[in-house]
This record gives sequence, structure tokens and C-alpha cells, in this order.
Amino acid sequence: MRTILTIAVMLTLLAGILLAGTTITIKGSDTLVRLGQRWAEEYMKKNKDVVIQVSGGGSGTGIAALLNGSTDICEASRDMKEKEYKLAEKKGIKPYRVSVALDGIAVFLHKANPVTELSFAQLKGIYTGAITNWKEIGGKDTRIILYGRENNSGTYAFFKKKVLNKEDYSEYTQTLPGTAAVVNAVSKDKHGIGYGGIAWAKGVKYAAVRKSDSTAAISPSVETVSDGTYPISRDLYWFFNGVPTGELKKLLNWALSEEGQKLAAESDYVPLPKERALANMVP
Amino acid sequence: MRQLKFKPKSRIREFVGEKLISVNAYAALIVTLLIFIFVFKEAIPIFTDSIIQEEAAPDKMVFKQQFYEGREAKWSWQPTSDVPKYSLMPLFIGTLKAAIIAMLFAVPLGVGAAIYSSEFAPKRLREIIKPAIEMLAAIPSVVLGFFALMILATFLQNVLGLTFRLNALNAGIALGLAVIPIVFTIAEDAMTSVPRALRDAATALGANTWQVSLTTVLPAAIPGIAAGIVLGFGRAVGETMIVLMASGNAAIVSASFLDSVRTFSATIAAELAEVVFGGTHYTVLFFIGSLLFVFTFLINLTGDFFLVRLKEKMQGRTT
Repeated sequence: MRTILTIAVMLTLLAGILLAGTTITIKGSDTLVRLGQRWAEEYMKKNKDVVIQVSGGGSGTGIAALLNGSTDICEASRDMKEKEYKLAEKKGIKPYRVSVALDGIAVFLHKANPVTELSFAQLKGIYTGAITNWKEIGGKDTRIILYGRENNSGTYAFFKKKVLNKEDYSEYTQTLPGTAAVVNAVSKDKHGIGYGGIAWAKGVKYAAVRKSDSTAAISPSVETVSDGTYPISRDLYWFFNGVPTGELKKLLNWALSEEGQKLAAESDYVPLPKERALANMVP
Repeated sequence: MRQLKFKPKSRIREFVGEKLISVNAYAALIVTLLIFIFVFKEAIPIFTDSIIQEEAAPDKMVFKQQFYEGREAKWSWQPTSDVPKYSLMPLFIGTLKAAIIAMLFAVPLGVGAAIYSSEFAPKRLREIIKPAIEMLAAIPSVVLGFFALMILATFLQNVLGLTFRLNALNAGIALGLAVIPIVFTIAEDAMTSVPRALRDAATALGANTWQVSLTTVLPAAIPGIAAGIVLGFGRAVGETMIVLMASGNAAIVSASFLDSVRTFSATIAAELAEVVFGGTHYTVLFFIGSLLFVFTFLINLTGDFFLVRLKEKMQGRTT
């Protein structure tokens, strides 16, 4: 009896998948996976005949999957490397890159810290260990306590590339699992500094960041990341094999639509500016 | 009187039952062996693969390295850097620091509580103290870690005026809480198992309770106490969650117990999830796992050795 039931259930499931018609797989960046899932849920609600499977694994994993033809959409928090573009060419894959959302990395300070703004050069000095006292950058005469992320985090890698020019973090950087832990640590440490996604700051303050001495210091916010003035921000991409058509095109254009971008904002990502979102749509 | 009947059928059942039970016993042994083989197999490329050896040969992991021209040689754990650095020294020192603090904290408390509980406490009180301390072992380590991260760290920083909120001292004390029940239980069992005759003899010679416990019971139970300390040290070295949360995880080579530390076990826990399968970083993490395995194995062996000594002593077979 049980066997029959099992078979019946499996057949129903199978039929469900077959009848559903289109199955889309999305794979890649762990930064984007939450948004991908949110979009997939909403899209499947509206289009009952589409099944979307979303999984993470990291940008590298997603790009490898795209090159192997085992995913329809690759999510990535970075552009493909030259090596990967060459490999794609060899395999006959034509990567088509679209920015679907933005991500900004904020620098957190304790609320009582008199320092309010930092330049890229200062941040680099602080995090590589060249600057060790708040006095050197206009603060009190106390040691700077560094907080950061574990070395497998995308945020760690991005901050290192963008701000540290790929130099090593100071060995005194205390690494914590997750942005929430970094925020918590800085909120409890008067001399602490940390970095992480901009939607997280509770109980800490943001440092305004200037790219060089001649530019203005910009505070991180959805607006400044969205219009590109905040300097520590990045595009989050979807890669397709060739210009998307059919259901893939429909999904992409929906994700870039006002509705899709609103979901991004609700999930703590920074939506693209309207004109950019419109321009990224596939006609 | 009912007669016990052994039919041939029940002999077969007995045989099967016995074999089934022995399979259970062997299963644990086999699983341990398989884990041992798996962990070591993944670490072997350190010694054989020339590409991996370029970055992480055993000597490079132990001695100071000059990673950039014109800069001084140092120990550095930066596995995801453009120039990957796999010095194990910062991690080794960190592991040792946290474990030493844990032992300094747990041994006096654990052994002291054991002496009190076995020698001085009234029977009824003892029946409360023992399970209460052993309850400490039942607290999930993530809870101890969370306690150290949120409450203990702030307390220590405020009281001692520490520069680093998360440090070896903080992690070590939290680790100590996990070690106390091990030291206590084994030491207490050792002391209560000291034969009645020894105590009676001492009392008959006019010794008071203090003298009996310090000059008779304690020396007799020394191997058991040593076993407790050794096994507790093994736990302190291998424990992961507490140090991951409470130590700050900065890989520093320094002598100060007030600096942040990064331990072997926390490093594996934090980094293994996203390394390239079969790559240098992956292999090095498995090598660290192998080191931990061998280390705790030796420690447990030493602990068992002491326990066997204790048993022999109690049975009067000591030489």
C-alpha cells in the first residue's frame, strides 16, 4: 500500500514539474541569493507555469555553472575575470551581463567616536595596520580596534580589493561571522571600527567616506549608493548565455521593473536608479 | 522453584545477540578509524603535491617567512591573500593561550570543588553539588560562547580596562567553564574511590579530616586528578564554538594573554565552508584537522594511562 502511495506521489510531482513547462535555474553569489529567492517566489506566484530554482555557492561557483551550461542565470557580485571570459569564448558561451541591484559597504564607528569621516587612504592605513591610533585621524588618543569579516566572505574580499588595494588586512583585525556580529562588536567598543552592508547599522554610526582629499565625504545611504556617489559600492550582476529571450527575458525585465526593484529594496538591497533599470531591460 | 531451561534455540539467539552487540562496539572503532583516514588522506598533498608545497610546505608553516621583498620575515595567516600565507604559528600560539587560561581557571576550581565534595561536604549537599557542576557540561558550547561574547567580555573590559574586548582571557575563562565539569567529575570519582581502609587507618592514627584528605586521599588520587586535568586540556584544545565566538579570531603572534587569538579549531570552522575543494587552503585546513586529531588522541591516551595507574593503585598493586 505504501509503495503504491509513494509511486503515486512521485508521479504527481513529476507531472507537476513536466506540466509546469519552463524551469529556470539561478545559481551563484551568496550576496545575491536572498534577493534571487525573493524574486523567484514572487515571479512563480504570478506565473504558475514557471519553476525557478535558486541556489548559492558563491560568484565563482555560479560563473563555473554558466560556463558548463548547468545554469540559466548566474548571479555574481563581481564581473567575470579575463580568464573566465576567455574560457567562455572557448566553450562557445556568450556571457551577457546585466546589473540587477546595487550593494554598498558602510564603515561603522561607535556612536561616541568624534571621528565622522574617513578617506580611502585613511581607511587603508587603518585596516592594513599603518594607522593604529585614533589620534592620527582626529580622534582620541586611543588604539583603533579593528573588526572585520571572515576571509571567505564576499564583503571581506570586496573591501580588500576596493579599499585596501588588495593588501593584507592587519593581523590585529578581529574577524567575526556576519555583518550583524560586526555591528554588535562596534556598538560595544568605543574604539572600534567595522564594515558591512549598509542596511545593518543599529546602535552604531556610519562614517562618511571620501575617495580622495579633493572629493566630498559621502555618507552611505540607499540614495548615495543608488546614484553612485558613495564610493564603496558595487553592482550585483546576472549573467546569461547570450541575450536572454522568452521566459528568461520576461523574468529579467520583471526583476528590473518597479515592482522587482521594490522587492530588492524591501530585502535590504539597494535598487538601481530608475533610468539604469530601464536601460538594462532587454527589449 | 522454576527451572531455567536452555534450549538449543536460545543458544542461537544468544549467539546472534552477542554478535549484534559486538558489532555496535566495533562500529564506533571503525567510524573513528574511517574519520582518521579521511582527514589524513585530505592532508597528504602537503607532503606530496609540489604545487601545494610551494605555498604550504611544512617548513613554511612553521618558520618565519619573508613574503614580500624588502619586508621583514614574519609569521602570518592570510590564506586568501594575493600572496597566500599559511603560517601555523599564530594559530598554534592562539590555541595554546586560550587553553592555558582555561586550565588556570578550571583546574583550581575543579579540583577544589572535587576535594570539598568528596571529603568535606555533608552527604545531602554533595548530592546537590555534584549534579549541579556536571550540569555545566550539559550547557551547549554555543550558549557559553554567546555568554562570553555578550556579557563576560564587557565585564572583563570594564573591570580590567582592556584594549581588546575579545581576547584570550575572555575565551579562556569561557572555555574553563566547559572544562571544569571534566576535571571535577574525574577528580571527584578518583577521590571517592580511595579505599575506606586508607581513611580509617589515617583517622585511627589521629589525623583530622583536613589531614586525612590532604595527606592520604589526595596523594592516593593523584593519577585520577592528573587524568582529569589532561582530559580537560584535550577538551580546551579541541573546543570550537566558544573560541570562535569569544576570542576575536585575530591571528596574532604575541606573548600577551590580553590580545585576540585565533585557534586551530575556530580556523577550520570559520574557513572550511568556502574553500576550493582540493586546493592549498583546503589541504592546509585538513592538515590542521589532522594535527588536532593526533593531539587530542595523544592527550586522551595519556589520560587513560593515568586512569589505569589509578585503578592499579587503588587495588594495591602499585609498585
